Amino acid sequence: MNNKGGSRTVFYVLLAVVVLVVTGASILFGAIDFSVKEIGQALLSLLPGQPEATLNQRIFLELRAPRAVLCLLVGASLGVGGTLMQALFRNPIVEPGLVGTSSGAAFGSALFFVLGSVLNLPAGAWALPFAACLGGILSTYLVFILARSKEDGRASIVMLLLTGLAVNALFMSAIGFLSYIARDPQARSITFWSLGTLSGASWRAVQIVAVSTVGGTLLALFYAKQLNALMIGEEEATYLGVNVSRLKWIILSINVVIVAVATAFTGVIGFVGLIVPHILRMIGGADNRYLIIGSALTGAALLTLADLIARLALRPAELPIGIVTSAVGVPVFLLLLRRSRYIF
Amino acid sequence: MLEARNITYRVGQKTLVAEFSASFAPGGLHLIIGPNGAGKSTVIKLLARLIRPQTGIVEYQGADISRTGEADLAKRRAVLSQAIEVAFPLTVREVVMMGRYPHFGGRPGRIDEQIVDELMEVFEVAEFGERNYQTLSGGERQRVNFARVLAQLRRASAGSDEPAGAPAANEPCRYLFLDEPLTFLDIRHQIEFMKKVREFTRAPDIVTVGVVHDLNLAARFSDRIVVLDRGRVAADGAPAEVLTADRIVEVFGVRPTFVPFDQPGIHLIFE
Repeated sequence: MNNKGGSRTVFYVLLAVVVLVVTGASILFGAIDFSVKEIGQALLSLLPGQPEATLNQRIFLELRAPRAVLCLLVGASLGVGGTLMQALFRNPIVEPGLVGTSSGAAFGSALFFVLGSVLNLPAGAWALPFAACLGGILSTYLVFILARSKEDGRASIVMLLLTGLAVNALFMSAIGFLSYIARDPQARSITFWSLGTLSGASWRAVQIVAVSTVGGTLLALFYAKQLNALMIGEEEATYLGVNVSRLKWIILSINVVIVAVATAFTGVIGFVGLIVPHILRMIGGADNRYLIIGSALTGAALLTLADLIARLALRPAELPIGIVTSAVGVPVFLLLLRRSRYIF
Repeated sequence: MLEARNITYRVGQKTLVAEFSASFAPGGLHLIIGPNGAGKSTVIKLLARLIRPQTGIVEYQGADISRTGEADLAKRRAVLSQAIEVAFPLTVREVVMMGRYPHFGGRPGRIDEQIVDELMEVFEVAEFGERNYQTLSGGERQRVNFARVLAQLRRASAGSDEPAGAPAANEPCRYLFLDEPLTFLDIRHQIEFMKKVREFTRAPDIVTVGVVHDLNLAARFSDRIVVLDRGRVAADGAPAEVLTADRIVEVFGVRPTFVPFDQPGIHLIFE
């Protein structure tokens, strides 16, 4: 890594430029296209003493702009979440969606949504992501307990994937059940959590997701070196001074929080966390510091691109973004499985 | 000086190590031998504090290691295990640099880079420093890991001409453990490896305790042998005292023949 430091900085700058370009495209194009001039006017209207924003300008300010920012944050969360899970399990075919975190978080959100209106629960802006975290903790914990072998208490990767599959199915059908018993307008909102979409973006959501994404990513960076040591095995990491059980607990917590909070506002978006670290490893190796920074940027860019496709494919209608990411992610996942050198 | 006093380790009802006591002085190669299931690797893990005994204590220079912090311990205790698999494509240099992890905070300093460069030269892995570790052969991997483990034990103040680092008068000992490091190596690599180990364990402040399976290699390279049988010490002493025909029959269940040979040490063949 003698001269990698410099080339990595160049790489991050390149990635940041890509992020800016796709974000620009995502702001300009959609159900209606904006011109740069319109956007300028919309921003100007925020200043005191300027004329009131027109309808189009308000669409930009209240729908398009927060959606673009939320998309960046959620993409970064999913990318970093994938990197953390893969580092933790020392396996490149794990991601938050596959071990139940996302579906549990979606279930937590949907349950809160249905019960909240029935029981008159406090509907503060933080209550929904909190419910999502509880759901995510529940499902992730469930997967871990069930996947653990009776002999040595370790979870093999095949048990983890199979248990994740079952728990995902369980929580997805629970969401289905909720939408079945829910009253009609509620039901439509609930299906949104199982398919994933950014159409519910608001500045409030941006604020909340920004806290978990930025906080979680910075905290994860702090543990990057310890995660590197984990690559040569748990025992070897212990010999290098890493408290492995504490590290696992911390990383899993970061992962559940960033993924669950993002899921609370966008629903289940699969495969971003799987693909992003994989692309980065092919380009620049497996150092976790690089992977965490890189996957935040790449995740943001990829999800923005996916959202753009979701909005433009059936214009003026829009596809759930989860369908787009799955359409791209499933083939990549299958390819990884087939090329995998791991013995199941 | 490493001192183990009456350590006992149980898993469930099964006692893997029973009242193991031994002391290991720096500057020599101490090897533990014994049949499968005798508890050799468990003893290494107890001495290196990967696991903790239910009773008894392990002391490094009189200090109970159950009370030593992880980070502190990692600077002076290193373990070379068998067949280390890396989960992702890391370069050889990145793997060796891991040995320096306990010594730097955020990023490696110049001294860490120097130590890594130098040990990669010593173990003849410098020319493939940028290669993917996963593509290496078993022998190459073991050399990389040996370099990593010694990088971990190297003090930042050590002169670069001294392979194992020159000890200052008042500096504490360093502890090197070898947990069946010869597994998956062919005979030539086994012998080369043991020669390198000998070279490094001569440093007067390094305590080296290892486990090997091959009795001939143990007899030829060690200064002292501890024989372990069903979790208990069956014998402890110089190779020539410990490796008697009767004891080998008793512990391993095979009868050896001693072969005359023009080099020092004992040479055994088995019936």
